[in-house]
Amino acid sequence: MIHTNVTRLRTLFLAPAALLMLATLAIPVVIVAAYSFLSRGAYGGVEAPWTDQNYVRLLDPLYGGIFLRSAWISLLASVGCLILGFPLALFIARSGQRKNLYLALVILPFWTSFLIRLYAWMFLLRDTGLINTILQSFGLIHAPLPMLYNQGAVILGLVYGYLPFAVLPLYATLERQDPALLDAAADLGASPLRALFHVTIPLSAPGIWAASILVFVPCIGTYIVSDLLGGSKTVLIGNLVQNQFTASRDWPFGAAASMILLAAAIAVIVLMRRSRQELL
Amino acid sequence: MDAVLKLADLSKDFAAHKAVDRISLAIPRGSFFSLLGPSGCGKTTTLRLVAGFETPTTGEIRLNGQRIDHLPPYRRNVNTVFQSYALFPHLTVQGNVEFGLRGSSIHSGAKKGMAKNGAGFAADRVRRVLDQLELGGKESRKPAQLSGGERQRVALARALVLAPEVLLLDEPLSALDPQLRKQVRAELRDLQKQTGVTFLFVTHDQEEALSLSDSLAVMRAGRIEQTGAPAELYRHPRTKFVASFLGAMNWIGDVGVRPEAMRVVLTPPPSDARIAAVIAATVSDTAFLGPIAHVTARLDDGSVAMVQVPSSDAPYRPGESVYLCWNTADELRGLS
Amino acid sequence: MKRALPIYAVCAYLFLHLPLAILAIFSVNASRFTLWEGFSLRWYRALLADRDLLESAANSLVIAVAATALATIMGTLAAYALWKKTSAWLAGSLYLSLVTPEIVAGISLLAFFQWIFRYLHLRLGMHTVILAHISFSLAYVVLVIMARLRNFDVSLEEAALDLGATEFGAFYRVTLPYLAPAIAAAAMLAFTVSIDDYVITSLVAGVDSRTLPMVIYAMARRGVNPVLNAVSTLVVAGLGTLILISERLRKA
Repeated sequence: MIHTNVTRLRTLFLAPAALLMLATLAIPVVIVAAYSFLSRGAYGGVEAPWTDQNYVRLLDPLYGGIFLRSAWISLLASVGCLILGFPLALFIARSGQRKNLYLALVILPFWTSFLIRLYAWMFLLRDTGLINTILQSFGLIHAPLPMLYNQGAVILGLVYGYLPFAVLPLYATLERQDPALLDAAADLGASPLRALFHVTIPLSAPGIWAASILVFVPCIGTYIVSDLLGGSKTVLIGNLVQNQFTASRDWPFGAAASMILLAAAIAVIVLMRRSRQELL
Repeated sequence: MDAVLKLADLSKDFAAHKAVDRISLAIPRGSFFSLLGPSGCGKTTTLRLVAGFETPTTGEIRLNGQRIDHLPPYRRNVNTVFQSYALFPHLTVQGNVEFGLRGSSIHSGAKKGMAKNGAGFAADRVRRVLDQLELGGKESRKPAQLSGGERQRVALARALVLAPEVLLLDEPLSALDPQLRKQVRAELRDLQKQTGVTFLFVTHDQEEALSLSDSLAVMRAGRIEQTGAPAELYRHPRTKFVASFLGAMNWIGDVGVRPEAMRVVLTPPPSDARIAAVIAATVSDTAFLGPIAHVTARLDDGSVAMVQVPSSDAPYRPGESVYLCWNTADELRGLS
Repeated sequence: MKRALPIYAVCAYLFLHLPLAILAIFSVNASRFTLWEGFSLRWYRALLADRDLLESAANSLVIAVAATALATIMGTLAAYALWKKTSAWLAGSLYLSLVTPEIVAGISLLAFFQWIFRYLHLRLGMHTVILAHISFSLAYVVLVIMARLRNFDVSLEEAALDLGATEFGAFYRVTLPYLAPAIAAAAMLAFTVSIDDYVITSLVAGVDSRTLPMVIYAMARRGVNPVLNAVSTLVVAGLGTLILISERLRKA
């Protein structure tokens, strides 16, 4: 056996990261899982006895409604991102020399502050916001349109926030496609529109799946978008969980909701990955 | 023989196959020794075993009598010239060549010299090796700014500056253009003679191996078929594989005759005790190769023979009936 | 369709960039209402006078620098180790950290900290925030470094070993220089992720460790505040520049 130090070095290098992930992810998640089976303590926190009441409570239609609403909104947001993102990705993929510039123009806003980007929409949409002010000053409306603090605003916020997440994998797939295929389609008599629907889009399936997961999963767990843009009317899973851990002080219940959310996120990803080739 | 490197019963098994199968070799000090064989024969694995990048499954490797097979690469006094040269892109030529002399632990003659004489000794050594390899003036260039031939010389300098007991070369000429290859071949030979370092050279090109080596070993499927001097292996191959691998070979049944030992005649020659056989054949093609020509002829039993003739004798017309003959002395019989 | 696509692209880019541009424009609006009343820097001056804001910004910077430094070091070493030989556990947990919804990660950390603080007599504060930030930045760093390692020629390390360097020597003298641009890019990425985090930070920050996003969030919830326009413009400009530099380095 050659006595090298590879294994020792490798263990040394892995140790800090491994310990950190253990302490800040693995153990905490286990703790939350445990909490979800405990009971609410008198002053917040948890207490014995062990119970499954928290999960049972989640079956109540009130909470079921929250889960469904989250799923529905996330679905709409994903579809919105796909519809808005696909033509943009197509444009970038076909733009020749300037590809990287156009791509950067999409990525750049995303990596600045998510929070601030949402605030920008608050600035635009609220009753005394820019859009209403402009519309009123042109006499097009007489009373402000309620564009903020509703479900529509949340969907808009989600689409705005996660659009770049959709554009990137779509672009990656489109960029890889062989341009000769489109030539072949034209040669065989297909108009550009036909080629788009019968060649380009079907071939983009892996990218479409990837874009969907990349948008859907963060959306079902969203918290700040619904809190800032949805007002108290739009309660999603994220808001429910946050509420239980702060105002309501019902940690076990919040823990149960968290576990369901986590399970949903993992399930979506596993399902998607299994049914389509890996793009990520 | 003063063997600087000895491999005893060396084997390396990978999950799917035996890459090296119980080989034993003794490489004489100061010689140019080649491992020759087709791809997959285990020659590169053998080299990597000596360098320390693979662990032997069984067997020993001894350098100057001491076992090294359990030592990591940085404790062995052998150095490698990689097929891709593996020059450090972030360092200049100077930085690359100096690399082994800075930091880290090696038990090389150069390092010991440094310990005795200090940094000046190292700088001096580097300068001498660079001059020897005609890289003077290029010290501050980075590998990306060098030609293929220059890069190879830097790889050589980097390894030689450490005064290894054995220099391992892994198909170093394969990355070069064909014209450059012949020239570099001659330079390598000269370098080896000048420095006196033992070269262990791995290649699949039999012409290279024959022209460069003092002795060589032909490998096949992890085993050594035959070891010896180039002329010895060419004229007295012990197996059919070695005979066919080194140069071309005609097989008439179990008897082998080299193309240059055969002759083409239009009429059967007068009987002569030295002539082993005369057979009828039909010319199928003549390939003109400058000073010589290769005549391909089909025999009665359907097999094909190739004869090397002076090009002034050629061409023979396709379809022409001729006779092939050769001397008994030139036959290779009894090969396994 | 050939003409429709660029037109659509222009609209899409406007959609993406206009909201932020409008914020920037109104950050120099003299009026506090959404009516243009002339150019003024009063909101930037108000920003500089707001101690709460400045203190939270300072906290954010301290946290980001500390978390970035540690995450980059730990992440680079971990990525190198994983590249040598993968570890299903570590790779899996890094992937999990990317996939876990922020709110879940946040409350898990909160629960964990509350639980061990009973024994350690500690409280939530800057240190818990920094720890949380390192945790979620790690996966990003590892991704960036691993991408660069995929193009690394292993024979360079073998050559280093051959020439007498130990395994650590080879890593330090050959691989690390090669990774330098990726390390810089990863650091900038970790920095931006840390500066902007709200959800996890708000849950594990103590009373005296408010960060800039927390202040911004509180202001935004209360309604629109022109000082917020100024803050937003500055933050976006700063982070945008950082990201540009990071992308340049990554492509180097």
